[in-house]
Order: sequence, then C-alpha cells, then structure tokens
Amino acid sequence: MNLGGLQAVKSMSVPSSSLSRKSGDGVSDQFPAGLRVLVVDDDPICLLILEKMLKKCLYEVTKCNRAELALNYLRENKNGYDIVISDVHMPDMDGFKLLEHVGLEMDLPVIMMSADDGKKVVMKGITHGAVDYLIKPVRIEALKNIWQHVVRKNKDEYKGKDCEQTGSVEDGEQQQKPPEDAEYSSSANEGNWKNSKKRKDEEDEAEERDDTSSLKKPRVVWSVELHQQFVTAVNHLGLDKAVPKKILELMNVPGLTRENVASHLQYRLYLRRLSGVSQHQNGLNNAFMGPTDATFGSMSSFNGIELQALASSGQLPPQSLAIIQAAALGRATNKSPVPVPLVDQRNLFSFESPKLRFGEDSLLNNNSKQINLLHGIPTNMEPKQLATLHQSAQSLGNLNMQLQSQSSQSGSLLTQRPQSQPRTPLLNEINGSHVSTLPSSLGQPIMSQALPSSVLPRNGIENVRGGTFGSVSQPSSALDFSVNHGTEFPGNSFPLMSNSGIPILTSKGMLQEEVKSEMKVPRGYLPNYDTFDELNQNRTQDWGVQTDGSTFDVSQHSNLQGSLDVSPSILVQQGFSSNLKSEQSRNIPVSKATFAVGDSRAGNISNPSQQLNSSPADISQRIKAERLPNMGFQNTFFPEQFGQDDLMSALLKQQQEGTGAVESEFGFDGYHLDNLPV
Amino acid sequence: MERNLHRQLANMKKSLFDQGYLDEQFIQLEELQDAANPNFVEEVVTMYYRDSARLIQNIDHALEKNPLDFAKLDNYMHQFKGSSCSIGAKKLKNECTQFKEYCETGNGEGCKRTFQQVKKEYAALKKKLEHYFQFARQVGPVEKACRPK
Repeated sequence: MNLGGLQAVKSMSVPSSSLSRKSGDGVSDQFPAGLRVLVVDDDPICLLILEKMLKKCLYEVTKCNRAELALNYLRENKNGYDIVISDVHMPDMDGFKLLEHVGLEMDLPVIMMSADDGKKVVMKGITHGAVDYLIKPVRIEALKNIWQHVVRKNKDEYKGKDCEQTGSVEDGEQQQKPPEDAEYSSSANEGNWKNSKKRKDEEDEAEERDDTSSLKKPRVVWSVELHQQFVTAVNHLGLDKAVPKKILELMNVPGLTRENVASHLQYRLYLRRLSGVSQHQNGLNNAFMGPTDATFGSMSSFNGIELQALASSGQLPPQSLAIIQAAALGRATNKSPVPVPLVDQRNLFSFESPKLRFGEDSLLNNNSKQINLLHGIPTNMEPKQLATLHQSAQSLGNLNMQLQSQSSQSGSLLTQRPQSQPRTPLLNEINGSHVSTLPSSLGQPIMSQALPSSVLPRNGIENVRGGTFGSVSQPSSALDFSVNHGTEFPGNSFPLMSNSGIPILTSKGMLQEEVKSEMKVPRGYLPNYDTFDELNQNRTQDWGVQTDGSTFDVSQHSNLQGSLDVSPSILVQQGFSSNLKSEQSRNIPVSKATFAVGDSRAGNISNPSQQLNSSPADISQRIKAERLPNMGFQNTFFPEQFGQDDLMSALLKQQQEGTGAVESEFGFDGYHLDNLPV
Repeated sequence: MERNLHRQLANMKKSLFDQGYLDEQFIQLEELQDAANPNFVEEVVTMYYRDSARLIQNIDHALEKNPLDFAKLDNYMHQFKGSSCSIGAKKLKNECTQFKEYCETGNGEGCKRTFQQVKKEYAALKKKLEHYFQFARQVGPVEKACRPK
C-alpha cells in the first residue's frame, strides 16, 4: 500500500473469489462482500488501518489521502463506489465539503469519522448529510455494518431516483422502476432514503398513484440527492451567481430542465426567507432570518409578483427571483410594505413561496406556482417572508385557491395543503379546495415540475435538511416542494410528508397551493422548512403560513386545526416534528407568520414570533397530533432545514386545514412547529 | 521453550495493557494480522513513529512562538491524537486530550507542561513497543514452526 503518495490504492479485499461484486452489479450473493468503499483520510496510519479492516470485512477498498483526489475518482467512475468514508479534518478540503459534494454529485452514502467526538461536530456531520459518524479509533465492528447505508440508500433511491435523475419523473414510472436502482450508489445521504420514500409517497399521492400518465407534465422530484446536487451547485456558484442555467449545468442531471432548477431555486429562496435560519451553512441561510412578520404585507405583494413569475414560466424562471426580490423589497403591489429582506437570494427563494401564497389573486396564481417551487426547496424560508405572506392573506386565499385548482390539476401540487388550515382567511378559503380558482396553469406548471404535490412536501423537508441547501431556493419546478432533495436532509427524510400527500408547501407560497391541491403532499413538509431554518432562530417566519396555509391570517389560527389533518406526517415528517412542534405550539401569530418552525426542531423551537394568532397554536397542536406522528425528524438536526420544512409543513398544513389562513403567511405557526413531533 | 517464550510475550503484552500504555485498539490491530500480513501491527507502529515525529517537531516549534497560536496547536495535536489512538496508545491519547483542552482555554503554560508529558509518554511507549516487537519476532517464527498446521 502506498500510503505516502497521493494515490488511491485500490485493493481487493479478499482473498478468495468471494469478491465477485462488480460495479453495477447490484447486490450479489456475497453481499456485503465486495462492497466498494472509498476511504479518504490524510492520516496515513488511519488509512492503513482502515484499509486493512475493510479488507477484512471483505470489502473492496480504495484508499485516498486527499479529498480532491477522492472526488476525482468518484467523478471518473460514477458507479464505481458504493460508499465513501471520510475524515473530517483534512488539509486540502474540509470533510464536510467533500460530504456535500459527494452527496450532490454522486449521491453516495458518506460516513464521516474523526477523533473529535464533540457534539457539534457530530451534528454538523448529520446536517451535512452524512449517513453515519464514527469516532476514531474506528473498530472493525463499526465497519462491518456500513453496508446497511448502501442498501438503505438504494432502496429509497429507486423509488424516486429516476425521477431526479431525469428531472421529469413520472411518478408511476419511477417507482415502478425495478430495483436495479438498488444499486444506485448514488444516494449518499441517509436522507435519501427518506427522500425517496417521500418522493415516492408524494408521487403516489400525487394522485397518480403510479400513474404518471395523468400528469400533464412530468414531475420533477427533488429527491434528497437531487437537491443536494442542487445545493452543491449553488454553493459552488455562490449565492449571487447561482442562476438556474449555471446550476443546471453544474448539476448535470439528465432530464432536468432549467425551469425545474429555476423553480426549485425560487422555492428555496422562499424557504430561506421564511425560515430566516441562518444556519444554513451554505449561504442561503441568511436569508432566513428575515423579519418575518413585518413583511406580511409585502408578502402578498410579493407573492403576486412571484406568482406571476411563476405563472409565466410555469416554473420560476430566474427572473422570478428577481421579481420576487423586487416584490419583496418594493412590495409595491400591495399591501404592507413588508420589509422583506430580499437580502439574499435565498430569502427570496424561500420567501417567494410563501409570498406566493399570500399574494393577491393574481399573485396567488403566481405565487402558488412559486410556492410550489420553493417547497421543494427547503432552503430557507424565511419566516419573515411568511409573515408577509400572511399579510397578503387575501391574496393567499386567492392563491390558495389557485393553488388548489392547480394542485388539483396537477395533482401534485406541492402545496397541496390540506385545506384545512383556515389560518388565514385566505387560506381557508383556498384550502377549501378551491383549486378551481387556481389557474390550472399555475398549479400545474409548478407542480408538474417538481412533483405533484406529493413530491414537494417530502422534498421540502429533505431539503430543509440541511444547510446543504444553502440557498436552494430554486425556482425550479420545485413546486413540488416535496422534492425530496434527499440531499438535504440527511436522514431526515422529512417525515412530514408522510402521506397526506399534501404537498408540503415548503415554500410558503406553496402552502397555498398545497392547501388546495389536495394535499398530496404532506403538508407538514412546509413547516419543516421553517423549523429547520428557524430552528434556533426565531422563526419569525410565517409559520403560520406554512403550516396552516390557512391560518395565514393571524386570527385564523384555528384554521389550522382543521386542515392540519393533512398528514400529520407532513409536519412531522420532517423530523421537525420535534421542532415543529414547538413552534407550533407557539402560536405564531398569523400575521407574522413567524413560523418559528425551525425552532421546534431544536426542541425549543423558540417560538419565534409565531405570531400566528393564537389559533394557530391550536391548530398547530392539532396538527401536531396529526402530523407529528410521522415526523421522523425528530432531530432537529438541521436547524436550517427545519425552518424550511417547517414552513413547508406549516404551509402545507395550513392548506390542508383548509386554511385559509395561509395568507397569514407563515403565521401558521400555531401549528406547525409545535405539532411536529420531535 | 517456545511455550516459555510465548508466555513471556504474553506477559509483556499484559503488562503494557495493565500499565495503561495500550488499549483495546491495539488488540484490534493484532486481530488484523493474518498470514498475509504477519507483522501488520509492527508495520503500523513503525509508520506511526515515523510520521508522528514530524508532528512532534511542529508542535515543539509552535510552542516556542510567542504569542502562542492555539488554533494551530490544536490542529497539530488533533492529528497527532488521531494517529496515536489509532494504534491504541492509551496514555498518550489522554495526554493529547489534556493538551487540547489547554489549547481551548488558551492556557499556554498548561500546554507546554502537558506537551512535555506527551513527549515522555511517546518515548516510553516507543521503547516498550520496540522491545515487544523484537521479542515477538523471536517468538513468532519459532512458534509458527512449532505450531501444527
């Protein structure tokens, strides 16, 4: 073994012929023997020992002492490895960065290891999407079981993997895909399985139930993996330069269109804004922190713009972001001059979604679309944005309606929130299922892209997962918020989305849609966003918006209750549950839509300004009960994610609840966060 | 005779463990030894001493600077600690942890003091292991020859 060099040594473990595994071979009889492991560590001693141990486990080992080199190997041979084990502290590249890259580009499970066993570091590993974290010195027993991560990922992947890869997944088809995907070794994150699952659920729920043909447009499922790729791309480019076109190029996913990316980006920004979580490592985080409440008014106007943008493009075109931003900033259109912090694109993205929802009718349409987009992006929904959205509750209502109509059409409406959330008057109505109002075009384009409702919620959550998204608020067809980005939540596979199919509107905007859309997508999804992001920060996000969708109106809190039934999982799913829950209980004043979604995650979802009016709290409670059950998230790992997810879920919830309250922008809080079972 | 040697070797090892020089990780390494790599542990340890010598030097230099760059010291020590615990050097690992704690609190004196301990332990372990491997080499081949296949 040549440890000194920078080369990667590939050694076949095993003496006997048992290693007959070939790449792309799928699971062979001798599995896990022959598992192809890539080990990256700058310490030659550790590398040597690990190699020996892995060989002893009958794995095929490739050593590498530099992260860059490892990436090269992975890139050159996309299917050449099943799992990656990487050290945290490396001189040329931070282990977490490598983790992100692998997750986004190759979607392989990555195990982190370090002599450092501090909680923060371990948490960081989780939030970045590591499927496991080993403390050095690593024992062989720990290595014997690593194959489980591969299986898990593949299992989930196949569900929606194709979707992501192609960008336009048809629900049914993808899922039907034979488990050949099992060998996909692409999903690197634990979350993937969740995402996949979510995606799958979403897809199923997207009313197509495996029958994609009904969809007008192929739906893009933002699985965790895909999302991570997205996040990575965005990080590479930098928030400022992260235009859909470039992101698309970087992601290099066949079948994915620029529109998909654009929508997703919008969504992400929206989430960011909503969540206001700064934790996103990726820069998008900042967006979250926006002042959620203030912007209520602006939200609506903003939404309108966004919606329009969305509407026009069907997905959020890059411009939409600008529009949204403009809207956020200027809020010229309406209502209150919400100080939407357009600051970062992220915010926009995240914000957009909620706004969309809340936006006026016209906006609504647009918004809904946008919302959907954002949904998928658990990025940072800033609570603020939500708040603004709330303000535009009215518009939201419209939006919801629109969304609903859209959602109904697309079936996949991300935001299919269960109309139950009457949080905001708007939402309520919308949730009601007005779908009809929503221009089908709206809903559809958005939804179809991302994932018909079901997809979104899940994805949203996933995305939220981690800061990976950074500012993934891509406007891409993220409508389906549920796009389980997979990447984002490493493990959080947003449980939120559980089943309600309520599209997790992760992007607030989506919420509205969700509501309408029949929630295929687990509403909870949205809230998740918030929770994650906001997790520790006050989520001023208009949680309310998310969760309740309907509860946008500050006063509507109660709306949440009804609609929350959306799939409790929505909120929960995200794992936020814990966080979300807390948030929810907080009663986010609808007006503010402070979804403090993220907070709940941390268990203390600091009730960010969940100003959603008191009722949201109720709603959230209810939602919690309903939704939380699924929240697998429990861990608030990703604070950032929560924000987004919370938002999403919140939005979703709201919608589901028939909200109306959605408008209150994220104010749904009442329900979202708290309900989420942590 | 072989039995005696074996027993001696076993005793040596036991004492190393009892005195806290080595821990479970060392056993793990030994278990990795097989026919293909009969001297795996010795190889690893040799490599360890070769590599870590450089780290020790770096830390020494860094400790001479004024003011002390604790972040850098912590970084070096983190690497050193990682390697040390990989071979199962228990006492050494503990000293490293102590050193890192002092780094975190910015205790320069504590760092220097602890590092002296680290170097001491490092040297002591090296000697003991060298002795052990030497002995093991003697015993090993003999043993194999005698062991019924």
